[in-house]
Amino acid sequence: MGRKAVMAVTGIVLLAYVLVHMAANLKAFAGRESIDGYGHFLREFLEPVFGYGGFVWIVRVVLLAAVVLHIAAAVSLTRQARKARPIPYAVKQGGYAARTMRWGGVIIALFVVYHILDLTAGVLNPHGVPGEIHASVVAGFSRWYVVAFYTLAVVSLGFHIRHGMWSALRSLGARTAAQPAALAVAVAITVGFLSVPYAVLLGVIR
Amino acid sequence: MNYTEGTPLRDTRAPDGPLETRWERRRLAARLVSPANRRRMSVIVVGTGLAGASAAATLAELGYQVLSFCYQDSPRRAHSVAAQGGINAAKNYAGDGDSTARLFHDTIKGGDFRARESNVYRLTEVSGAIIDHCVAQGVPFAREYGGLLDTRSFGGAQVSRTFYARGQTGQQLLLGAYQALARQIHAGRVVSRPRTEMLDLVVSDGRARGVVVRDLVTGEITTHTADAVVLATGGYGNVFHLSTNAKGSNATAIWRAHKRGAWFANPCFTQIHPTCIPVGGDHQSKLTLMSESLRNDGRVWVPARPGDPRRPAEIPESERDYFLERRYPRFGNLVPRDIAARATKAVCDEGKGVGRGVYLDFADAIARLGRDVIAERYGNLFEMYQRITAEDPYSTPMRIYPAVHYTMGGLWVDYDLRSTIPGLFVVGEANFSDHGANRLGASALMQGLADGYFVLPAVIGDYLADGPFGAVSPEAVDEAEDSVHATVAALLAVNGDRTPESFHRELGRVMWDHCGMERSADGLAEALKRIPDLRADFWRRVKVTGSGSALNQTLEHAGRVADFLELAELMCLDALHRAESCGGHFRAESQTPDGEARRDDERFAYVAAWEHTGGTPVLHREELAFTAVRPSERSYR
Amino acid sequence: MKYTLRVWRQNGPDDRGRLVEYTVDGITPDMSFLEMLDVLNERLLLDGDESIAFDHDCREGICGMCGLMINGTAHGPQKATTTCQLHMREFDPRKPITIEPWRARPFPVVRDLVVDRSALDRVIESGGHVGVHAGAAPDAHAVPVPKPDADRAFAAAACIGCGACVAACPNGSAMLFTAAKAVHLAALPPGQPERGTRALTMVQTQDDLGFGGCTQAGECATACPKEIGTDVIALLNRDVLWKVD
Repeated sequence: MGRKAVMAVTGIVLLAYVLVHMAANLKAFAGRESIDGYGHFLREFLEPVFGYGGFVWIVRVVLLAAVVLHIAAAVSLTRQARKARPIPYAVKQGGYAARTMRWGGVIIALFVVYHILDLTAGVLNPHGVPGEIHASVVAGFSRWYVVAFYTLAVVSLGFHIRHGMWSALRSLGARTAAQPAALAVAVAITVGFLSVPYAVLLGVIR
Repeated sequence: MNYTEGTPLRDTRAPDGPLETRWERRRLAARLVSPANRRRMSVIVVGTGLAGASAAATLAELGYQVLSFCYQDSPRRAHSVAAQGGINAAKNYAGDGDSTARLFHDTIKGGDFRARESNVYRLTEVSGAIIDHCVAQGVPFAREYGGLLDTRSFGGAQVSRTFYARGQTGQQLLLGAYQALARQIHAGRVVSRPRTEMLDLVVSDGRARGVVVRDLVTGEITTHTADAVVLATGGYGNVFHLSTNAKGSNATAIWRAHKRGAWFANPCFTQIHPTCIPVGGDHQSKLTLMSESLRNDGRVWVPARPGDPRRPAEIPESERDYFLERRYPRFGNLVPRDIAARATKAVCDEGKGVGRGVYLDFADAIARLGRDVIAERYGNLFEMYQRITAEDPYSTPMRIYPAVHYTMGGLWVDYDLRSTIPGLFVVGEANFSDHGANRLGASALMQGLADGYFVLPAVIGDYLADGPFGAVSPEAVDEAEDSVHATVAALLAVNGDRTPESFHRELGRVMWDHCGMERSADGLAEALKRIPDLRADFWRRVKVTGSGSALNQTLEHAGRVADFLELAELMCLDALHRAESCGGHFRAESQTPDGEARRDDERFAYVAAWEHTGGTPVLHREELAFTAVRPSERSYR
Repeated sequence: MKYTLRVWRQNGPDDRGRLVEYTVDGITPDMSFLEMLDVLNERLLLDGDESIAFDHDCREGICGMCGLMINGTAHGPQKATTTCQLHMREFDPRKPITIEPWRARPFPVVRDLVVDRSALDRVIESGGHVGVHAGAAPDAHAVPVPKPDADRAFAAAACIGCGACVAACPNGSAMLFTAAKAVHLAALPPGQPERGTRALTMVQTQDDLGFGGCTQAGECATACPKEIGTDVIALLNRDVLWKVD
């Protein structure tokens, strides 16, 4: 039971991060200075307290903890589920939300690793200069296969959030069916994230 | 007729004097067992319906060690779960003039003056406490917007005294009792043994001291002993093969107890429920009840012209026969069950029936109250009807026909619910006590819970105070166990060419034709000739595959059919000897010129208690005295 | 009409079990699914075979004893319908029907299509009740209950304990069953004193018995013959997390 609450709370933390991340991405449309400046701003945020870049590291630690707990709880629940039905049915019906959650989660996790190497560490990015976000984004998304992988991951994320957010609210005891809200958030996040790479691919962002 | 007269029988436990204080005086006189001694005493309760579950839970609350058996895979599934309409209680919450005395009067009259006044009075007296207790357990009865309990009226009553939980009252009450039982199981005061069937009673030194059971999963046959045994195993309507009972409902426990010395009272008193979905085909396995509450708003009719081929909507009002309203203007569609069932049979016999039934029409009620109100009241019943028949009752009238539903007869018990075997108590439908020759709607739940929650726990101590009863005789245990082993082995050994189901079907047809809604001396004599032949045929030709030492549903069924084949004969004998019409027992020879039942109080104002001898049954009469209500012609016109 | 069936046969708890194909003739559309199996069983018996064991009792959709996985769907294709109320008119004779038992570790197969669901009783025993002595209750009208609360309690209390929710759940979770009972009692005044501990205890018992965890897949509510919705699960979670007494 506790694991469901862990899933829900860490999921909500991650969702909040993803929302902020998505909104920040849209700064790419406002030009180079806007998004690079935002990156700079984050590192200077609360500098007197944490030092330069300190805030970013705190966020990273929190996110890492959330991701680890989220995955650990998911693995534990999945194992419990496998144990609860040792003999499968001969005839199976329907697409289970649970199955898409698990596979979607794996896709998202792989993507996050790539994404950090690409745009945070810069090692897989053709531009790869720390702090020059706009240039890295344009360089990365100019390649169609990167956009294709990015699309797969973002769409998976959308599905994951659609069920995950609703499920999280339920797990925490929300009385009303928050299904429409979860759907709206999922669509907004999917569209928001996809707008940048396609804008790059179509030459809107240069 | 092949029986002999034995000595008369008397209920010696009920105090004399004013009816109103009998129960109070009896409770006061009953000896108690001290809490410390209760922990050392054990009671076996067979069956987990309303009576059994409530009795087991309450006895455990009192501190007795309880062993509970049921054949289902969980105590929650006993067939009380299927009761739809409601439970009566003289609360007068509707403020329409109800009272204990009125419910008493209605029940005595509804039972056609064949029930014991003292028992019925007590039943109505404790009825209110049942509602209080169930509400306190969390039973979600229907409520009005003001937050108070809602009631509705039921057949045979002119007041609104039936409490209900949509069309699932039995389910909700049973879950309440089951939860109380579950609580005691968790506390370790009840040991629950589901999927276990009682196959014999152990009588040691003249006292009921245990049961022989078969574990339905492993086939293991074991004996369990205790200080007292309570049978709460329900009715025997499945002797008719098709009935509203569950497929597993059976007479085995009470029949084996009868063969061990418990007398069987009024076996022929069977209730045929007027509103069931008609029989569809030969392979029909059961009949589905449509709650009596439907008659609150539905109107029963047939086309006035026999064989009218038109669809119901095309038949104008003037060419319809609302036969209940026509024959019984005072009660209309709300006449008691036996009256409605017989009237339905009569119009069908005249050829006016529609596809093996009569119409139950909601068009007027929908026009008057709106579809939403009707859906709120009966939605689940309408859905069930549609699932079974593929017809929509909102747009086309239901078709209904009577079906066997309840058995008023059962093991004879006195005021303390003691059978004729000391230490054997019988509660709920399994006993005969409270409904006379016809049970009013919504009174079965009342009786089951009254017996289990309030009556048995108050008086069982008076018996147990005689204890401890000493060790159970090993010979008695061996003898009972051997007899069970022998029966199982015999069923497996025949290896004939007919299924147990085919015998059950054939027995059911004989009983329905000759011991059903209308009985005649000729028909009963015919049945009494055919049943022994069928029984002999059964033991020559029945086929049971598989083994006795595993789950074997064919074997279970065969054993139950074997007992039905014996019980059926006693039912027919009882029906033949009772040459009067009363309640659900309608003898063709005893009717008024306009076809109503004619009771014969001169000759038959008694309970017929039958003693098993192995040979010719012996009849013991318990004369019924009426002091509070004078027997009168039971008119609902 | 004639149907082809593939039925799970298993001699006992330790047998491996397998699907066996049968054809059954003489079936009419107005027969119930279980009556179709009755016909097959009578024929098997006359052929000297052992009949197919399956649980059933009331045959009117209320006792919760029947329950078969029919073509991969708990209680078969008709919504809000138990196996016993399912009729053959729902089935196309040209397509084979696969019949399997409920599958979950806490529901071991006893024989053929019969499974042991007593784990559900353990959940109720652990806390799904209200303690009140017979005869000690106040008058039923002492505490009025708002009709919406009573209706909500009733909707949850409609659960028949058939186990279809467990059978259908991809995780083998019994959460809908547990929640239905907890929410039924939580909606009414008598359920208040032990509300939080009841919720916690019942969920804990369910986990200990080997049921899977709930991930809100929603298959349970789709399979439920009494149409109990997953909102009861949210309400139970609320009591588990926030209502400690």
